Parts: sequence; C-alpha cells; structure tokens
Amino acid sequence: MPARARPLSPHLQVYRWQMGSTLSILHRLTGLVLALGLLPLTFWLAALAGGARTYGIAADLFASALGQAGLLGWSFAFFFHLLNGVRHLMWDAGYGFEQGQRRLSGWLAAGGAAVLTLCVWALIWHGAHA
Amino acid sequence: MSLRSPMGRVLGKGAAKDGTDHWWSQRISAVALIPLTLWFLFSLLALPDLHYETVRSWLALPINTLLAVILVAVLAFHSNLGTRVIVEDYVHARATKIAALLLLQFLYVLVAGAGILAILHIALGS
Repeated sequence: MPARARPLSPHLQVYRWQMGSTLSILHRLTGLVLALGLLPLTFWLAALAGGARTYGIAADLFASALGQAGLLGWSFAFFFHLLNGVRHLMWDAGYGFEQGQRRLSGWLAAGGAAVLTLCVWALIWHGAHA
Repeated sequence: MSLRSPMGRVLGKGAAKDGTDHWWSQRISAVALIPLTLWFLFSLLALPDLHYETVRSWLALPINTLLAVILVAVLAFHSNLGTRVIVEDYVHARATKIAALLLLQFLYVLVAGAGILAILHIALGS
C-alpha cells in the first residue's frame, strides 16, 4: 500500500544496551515463555485427570532431560516476571523512579530471580535425595 | 485549547475505544497472580512426593480445587492480555493480525477450559 518508503526511526543496534531496556525486553520475553508454559501445565493437569497411566507418561516427560531443562527455564522466567512485575506495580503506584532506586530494584529483580530459582531447585534436589 | 471533541473528553476512552480497561485488567490479574502462583508452587513443593495418589488427593481437597480453578482462569486471562499486546506490537498486516488475535483468543479459551475441566474432573469424579 505505501507509495514510497517513509522515514523510519533508527535501528535497534544503534542504541546502547542499558539496564532499563534489557529488563523490559526480558520481562516481555519471560511473559511469552510463561504463556507457552500454560501448555505443559494444562497437559499435566489433563494427565492427572486421565488416571495413573497417563500421569505416569507426563511425569516421565517432565523428568526427562528436556523436561527438566524446560522446568528450570520456566522457573527462572516465573521468578523474574514475578519480581519485575512487582517492580512495575511499584512504579504504577508512583514509587521508585529515582536513578538509584531504579538500578537497585532492577538488580533485585534479576538477582532475586536467580537466587530464588537456585533455592527452589536446591529444595527439589534435596527432596529427591532425602 | 483541546482539539478533542466534548463527547470524546467526557467518555475518556481514546483511540482504542476501551480507555484504560486493558491496563487495569492486567494490573488486577497481576496482583491476584502473586499469591495464587506462589500458593501453587509452594504447595506442590511441600507435598511429600509428586506421585499420582498424593497429587490427586491434594488437588481434590475443596480449597485446593477452588484455588486451582481460579489460578488457571486468571493465568489464562493475564497471559491472554500480555500475548495480545505482543501480537498488536509486531504483527502489522491487518489480515494476519486479526487471524493471530482470533487464534490466540480461541486457544486461551481452549487451554483454560481444558485445565478447569481436568481439575473439576479430579475433584468431582472418583
């Protein structure tokens, strides 16, 4: 439809990577990952409703290397989206806009997600070997 | 002087015609999902094991059935709001965009319906 090329904004790569944009992109990306995670969650619930045999099939899939890798990635996506989501809710309420506060909350969201992911998997690993 | 019509100013809904509905729905479902998702995760972690009988009898307790149904519904709702914006941001061809949004909407109803049906089947059946 456009008769001639219209001016475009500068391309993505001219911008320096910054914490604000990086975490924003990561927030959307983890949201998308979590959306895809709805499928295995529903599959797991349906398998549980289907009986012991179907649940066993689902449990084997989640216990496989690919399943464990998926759950690991999914758990990090969950914790990051949760913490960064709280960060966004704080902004929505009007708090935490100063430069130092933004950096601190950003590091807390990213670092907290990593720490919580490790804690949960330590708990799972501990439970499996207790 | 504002260029907006008096009617537009009163309705306050802007070009998208739904005002701040999407924004508010996203925030409210986000707040609801904080306790719901944490409850689900830590309840499963607190179970002695994840064997068939253990998980099933846990989910069949009325309070867990109720919270799990709400969790699946709000999860699908919040996720739908988010993925919808991703499509609106990156898919520009009109026909493709409408098709993608329709497909997403149908998929979410299907997934949420299947999840809730499974939970109710466990709670009410057997």
